[in-house]
Amino acid sequence: MNELLPAFEWQQHVIAPWTTGIKSTLWIVLMGFFVATACGLLGNYLILRRMALVGDAISHSVLAGIGVAVVLTLQLDTPTLFIAALAAGLATTLIIEIIHRYTRVKQDAAIGIAFTSLFAIGVILISMKSGKVHIDTECVLYGEVALVPLEKFKLSLSPALAGAVDKLPMSEVYLRGNDLVMAPDVIRMGFVALAVALLVWIFYKELLVSSFDPALAFSLGINATVVHYALMALLSVVVVSAFESVGAILVVAMLILPGATAHLLSARLPVILALTVLHAALGTLLGFHLATWLNCSIAGAFVVAGMGLFLLAWLLSPHDGLLAHWHRRRNLKLEPPEEISSTPPAGN
Amino acid sequence: MSAHGTNETEPPPLEFHDLTVAYHKRPVLWGIDLEIPKGQLVGIIGPNGAGKSTLIKAAMGLLPLNSGWVKVFGEPIKKNIKRVGYVPQRESVDWDFPVSVMDVVLMGRYGHLGLMRRPSKKDRDIARDCLEKVKMLPYANRQISNLSGGQQQRVFLARALAQESDIYFMDEPFAGVDAATESAIVTILHELKAKGKTLLVVHHDLPTAKEYFDSLLLLNMRVVAFGPTEEVFKYDLLQSTYGGRLTILSEVAEAVREKS
Repeated sequence: MNELLPAFEWQQHVIAPWTTGIKSTLWIVLMGFFVATACGLLGNYLILRRMALVGDAISHSVLAGIGVAVVLTLQLDTPTLFIAALAAGLATTLIIEIIHRYTRVKQDAAIGIAFTSLFAIGVILISMKSGKVHIDTECVLYGEVALVPLEKFKLSLSPALAGAVDKLPMSEVYLRGNDLVMAPDVIRMGFVALAVALLVWIFYKELLVSSFDPALAFSLGINATVVHYALMALLSVVVVSAFESVGAILVVAMLILPGATAHLLSARLPVILALTVLHAALGTLLGFHLATWLNCSIAGAFVVAGMGLFLLAWLLSPHDGLLAHWHRRRNLKLEPPEEISSTPPAGN
Repeated sequence: MSAHGTNETEPPPLEFHDLTVAYHKRPVLWGIDLEIPKGQLVGIIGPNGAGKSTLIKAAMGLLPLNSGWVKVFGEPIKKNIKRVGYVPQRESVDWDFPVSVMDVVLMGRYGHLGLMRRPSKKDRDIARDCLEKVKMLPYANRQISNLSGGQQQRVFLARALAQESDIYFMDEPFAGVDAATESAIVTILHELKAKGKTLLVVHHDLPTAKEYFDSLLLLNMRVVAFGPTEEVFKYDLLQSTYGGRLTILSEVAEAVREKS
């Protein structure tokens, strides 16, 4: 036991990261929060549409997109990566749809065919070109959040502006002398998370009605098919910007865990969306400190902490929680449901 | 023409021409030619697999057509889709969805709202009126999974009312509902008809069909008959709609006898 779990020290594992270690802590925690927020918000709609597995599919087939991009361009800058991911995501969605519609293969099996095939193509392409372009496949699969603070984006400011920036909170994280320094991945993920939040807000009605009742959406002039593909496109962009840090496999967890936890706690979509963001924040913080304590994979710790919150919600949820069920069963009083009690008993 | 014919030149609410729809090469609807006049309450009846729901979905443009066309108020459906209200089969949606009764009825108003616009007080008032009409106002803030089958159906009906459409498609609104809901639906259908709305209602129960609807569409892949109920609800026509299904035919015989 002692060999497996290092001793937990409050000062070293909780306080120190936010004082002496703030420069890397802040970037890592922000990255985790942005990833979990972007994935979690979108994931809510995957859960509502019973499409959780499609998130899994797209996060894998994005590898094929990267493979094709590598073969064609021999480079991996951000725009190339985004376009490749977008193409792969839409291709996956389309292939699933085509297999499902034109053969007798059911949708879940079609998902299984589409993403494994694309993933395999990605593996082949990347292994063929691995000598020419550096792609760490382990990083693609498992991610490496710890590397996030290392890459720096640098912008020289005028002394006056730098002085003004210096007065902002925690300026030691992003100001070195007169240079503004940032972790570009985190900034990019921040924009992606913000874009997702904005889109969910702008298209709230369209997403809601096309998820609940696509045929009604159509009669309201909302094309549910367009909404579906737009959602898949957005999902691809989120996945590709997230997976460098948490990895393709853990993205799937980030897509489902926050929303699933929120669903246990509320039956109102706006509340669920807010709880999703709360889960993202708490899961990231707890996960970060778990990783500091155990000296383990940060991305893995994010997910385990998120799972812990899910279990907690399952236990404590006011309506569906295990404790609530247990309590209700102890105080069970048999009363006829109002529907029956309000109508006279049937003749036979 | 009709009592509401203020605009005599307006094209018919719904028109099918030579409509054929097939699933995997098996035709479900074949050569449908039909014109539904304004202000009619039409019951669509026919055996299972006769294409009743398919007809509605084809009319709404939800299915690819193998041949023919559908026009709503003289235009392709896409142009006039907002004049169409829809009540799907109750089982077609997930009732565990995290929305309240009010939220569902407000969805009926979405067609009247622009991008990014949230339902206004006026929309909420309309939704409340619609809930009142189906006697579901006390349930407005309930989560929809806590409703009985009949209550769910009434919520769908309230949502259709909130759409304020000119033509309504309803897929089996009477399926599996309690007696109170059944009479509430009949009342609403007649109110809508009195306002000059056109209604097409898929119905599965023969004995009640002749009470509820003033015209009937007998469907079995093709149109067997379409016209006023008293002209169409005849033993021989029903027999050719339902084929040789004895249990139903005895029901038909009884229903026709009751009528005469």
